[in-house]
Amino acid sequence: MANENTLQSANGEALTGVILDEQTGLTLTEICRACAVHAETIAELVEEGLLAPEGGEPDQWRFSSLHLRHAHVALRLQRDLGINFAGVALAIQLLDELEVLRRQHNAPEVDNDN
Amino acid sequence: MEFKDYYKIMGIARDATQDEVKRAYRQLARKYHPDVSKEVDAEAKFKELGEAYEVLKDPEKRVAYDKLGSNWNANQDFNPPPDWNSGFEFSGGGFAGGDSSNYSDFFESLFGQGFRSERGSHSTFHGQGEDKHAKLLIDLEDSFAGATRTITLLMPEVDAQGHVTTREHKLNVTIPRGVRAKQHIRLAGQGAPGLGQGKAGDLYLEIEFRPHARYRVEDRDVYLALPITPWEAALGAKVKVPTPSGIVELKIPANSATGDKLRLKGRGIPSGTAGDFFVELKIVLPPVDNYAGRDAYQGMAETFKSFNPRANWGV
Repeated sequence: MANENTLQSANGEALTGVILDEQTGLTLTEICRACAVHAETIAELVEEGLLAPEGGEPDQWRFSSLHLRHAHVALRLQRDLGINFAGVALAIQLLDELEVLRRQHNAPEVDNDN
Repeated sequence: MEFKDYYKIMGIARDATQDEVKRAYRQLARKYHPDVSKEVDAEAKFKELGEAYEVLKDPEKRVAYDKLGSNWNANQDFNPPPDWNSGFEFSGGGFAGGDSSNYSDFFESLFGQGFRSERGSHSTFHGQGEDKHAKLLIDLEDSFAGATRTITLLMPEVDAQGHVTTREHKLNVTIPRGVRAKQHIRLAGQGAPGLGQGKAGDLYLEIEFRPHARYRVEDRDVYLALPITPWEAALGAKVKVPTPSGIVELKIPANSATGDKLRLKGRGIPSGTAGDFFVELKIVLPPVDNYAGRDAYQGMAETFKSFNPRANWGV
């Protein structure tokens, strides 16, 4: 697969790293382990519309990098701020919008002085 | 070792109720949570807050902490009295703010051991080691050319006696060409070691770009604000433009304006479907500091006498 990349560990041993994207996404079991939660929690995030994995049935779900990141943020916000997943979904949406605005605001300016 | 005034950190009185402790925590957490906060030292503040809350929210730990008395001041040199925790037993309990390895020495000296042994237990999924996560900060150019970076991660390790120590884990990571910010690279078997016969967990590296002096990145597209002269904009021109994949010659069409966007297809991040490179034009006026310059602008004023950019305002 195009996204397989050879990695080198410190002792010279060759390892393989995979970029997570739509084609090489995580299964339900894998994302559960990556987030250290039970499948029910991930299913809840999907139900709430926070995660929209590829594939119809839970055993065909594939989660991309974006999903993994959103799952992490959702779990942290739920744990640390005590908000439910519906609130987290709103927060993530607003944070994403804020980030786009910040990026445009901080766009490099042309130096006008010379 | 520094004494930590957990009440001061949370901004509450020593006789605050448990409800007040929780309320103060929530308020400060919303302010400093690294996922939502842009405060410069948000992460450090949030860690400190999490540690304070871990102690004060738990009546057992709070009583033990209070027993140290209010004679201690923040930053004062501190050693726990030898008998300080006799008669207390800590039942642990989930931590709100992250990994226990982030706690201060002060916390460790008070609550370290009992707490530690409690923590290790959630990492068991059929004996497989925990998956680990880290951020990998790279330059935009690394994604265009590919690169190798050595990263050092601190991995907690449990020794034969059950003590937790941290070990440096060095990895040479090949940064694949075309990787984008927020993508994860998954390294199988590079997470925490398995328990017993279990496999090691995986290591996930989340890619982030260092801010670039020139380019702005949006997903797989790269943006550059390109300064051009008024005559280049008016007459059209060919100008040399830097891109992360090398210098290109760009044709500026006649009658271009500030804010116009030119697209170089496929010159963005070279991922599966390559992104595009966008040039945003910005006309820069030469300053007038001599007679010749002034004459040139006056000539323009004559030539374009009928041009009024505010015409449709009716003023």
